[in-house]
Amino acid sequence: MRPATIRVWSLVHKWTSLICTAFLLMLCLTGLPLIFHHEIDDALGHDKWRPANPAGALLSYDQVLEEALKRQPGHAPIFMSFDVDRPVVNVTSGPTAGAPDAKMVFAPIDRTSGDPVPPIPAGGVMDFILQLHTDMFLGLAGMLFLGAMGLLFTASVVSGIVVYAPFMRRLEFGTVRASRSARVKWLDYHNVLGAVTLAWVLVVGVTGVVNTLATPITDSWKSGALAALAAPYQGKPPAVHLASVDAAVRTAQAAMPGMEVQFVAFPGSGYSTSHHYAVFLHGTTPLTRHLARPALIDAETGALTAVQDMPLLSKALSLSQPLHFGDYGGLPMKILWAILDLITLVVLGSGLYLWAGGGRKKPVAFEPTETRP
Amino acid sequence: MSGFLKIFGWPLLLAAVTLVGLTGALIGDGAWDGLSWLCLAAPLGVLAWVLKARRR
Repeated sequence: MRPATIRVWSLVHKWTSLICTAFLLMLCLTGLPLIFHHEIDDALGHDKWRPANPAGALLSYDQVLEEALKRQPGHAPIFMSFDVDRPVVNVTSGPTAGAPDAKMVFAPIDRTSGDPVPPIPAGGVMDFILQLHTDMFLGLAGMLFLGAMGLLFTASVVSGIVVYAPFMRRLEFGTVRASRSARVKWLDYHNVLGAVTLAWVLVVGVTGVVNTLATPITDSWKSGALAALAAPYQGKPPAVHLASVDAAVRTAQAAMPGMEVQFVAFPGSGYSTSHHYAVFLHGTTPLTRHLARPALIDAETGALTAVQDMPLLSKALSLSQPLHFGDYGGLPMKILWAILDLITLVVLGSGLYLWAGGGRKKPVAFEPTETRP
Repeated sequence: MSGFLKIFGWPLLLAAVTLVGLTGALIGDGAWDGLSWLCLAAPLGVLAWVLKARRR
């Protein structure tokens, strides 16, 4: 590579890094406890709830719905979701099925008794950290901004790979010249730590960017594929006499054998049409567990209208979640995720130190004396 | 080509192993999780080794 080319890449590396480093430091620091979100919640005794009749029979989904709506008179059901590790069904209802988020009531119900389950208190320190990490309390604008920082970070990693080459021409992989100046030593650390974590950092970075696009991606599914299915029912009165939810779930499962129910969107809600139950099913392997497919069930007759494949972007979003969180391979994977996160912090910190001068005014970059072993 | 591999050989190898590690646990549980742990830990092992052996 010609020196002029290297200089350009070096400038790209410097400026993309400089703009995003402060945010990336925040993301790595808040991301660290979030890796263990579930474990920390458990340790804090977040969920001391036990079912009323652990060995008892489970209520049907229709019975659960009835119990939930009994406590919210006049409400229409919006969503029904299912806890994975406890016999709890969550019923979301509102004044109408199309009610805005602020008007929705989320009611977890014990499937062994029909009693309400105390909701897990929100607003703890982990929720604070999560929101800081997701959108810095700035809503969609904050999310998209962090997505842009993620893109800059990706550019910084790619340009980092290019400028890595001239440094390493005369050095063996992983050499740290600890007996030289602090600056040379930290340059070597920056290079070796960055090189080792390269693939992980790119995957976590790019999937993080995709996650920041969750709202627009979901909206594009709603206004595209879902709207197309809803079109024939436009102008018709919404379904009133609702068919059984249990039967709708069974019908959906018959259409997609071997899949489990993830959540049900009621007619008129944002995730269905005015005339259908949308029953979202997912597979049972770590991969297919994240890829939900909706079956649309006519809410009055209970008949299957269509099984829909989610669009590619929605699938990419679904797969970006585990790949970003590192929550799909047990505790050992989370510990590895944490180590890689800590190493990334050192790469960011050493990068900042090298830029700030590190005891020298003149940059060491590409001086032959510095690259000679 | 050998110059390229001298510079990028190790980083590319470690990246490939990492990608196997990231994909493995998505495909299945049990043995697949084990494969993931090994493949994500291996680059850290190499790192520990070079930081010890190539420090000067």
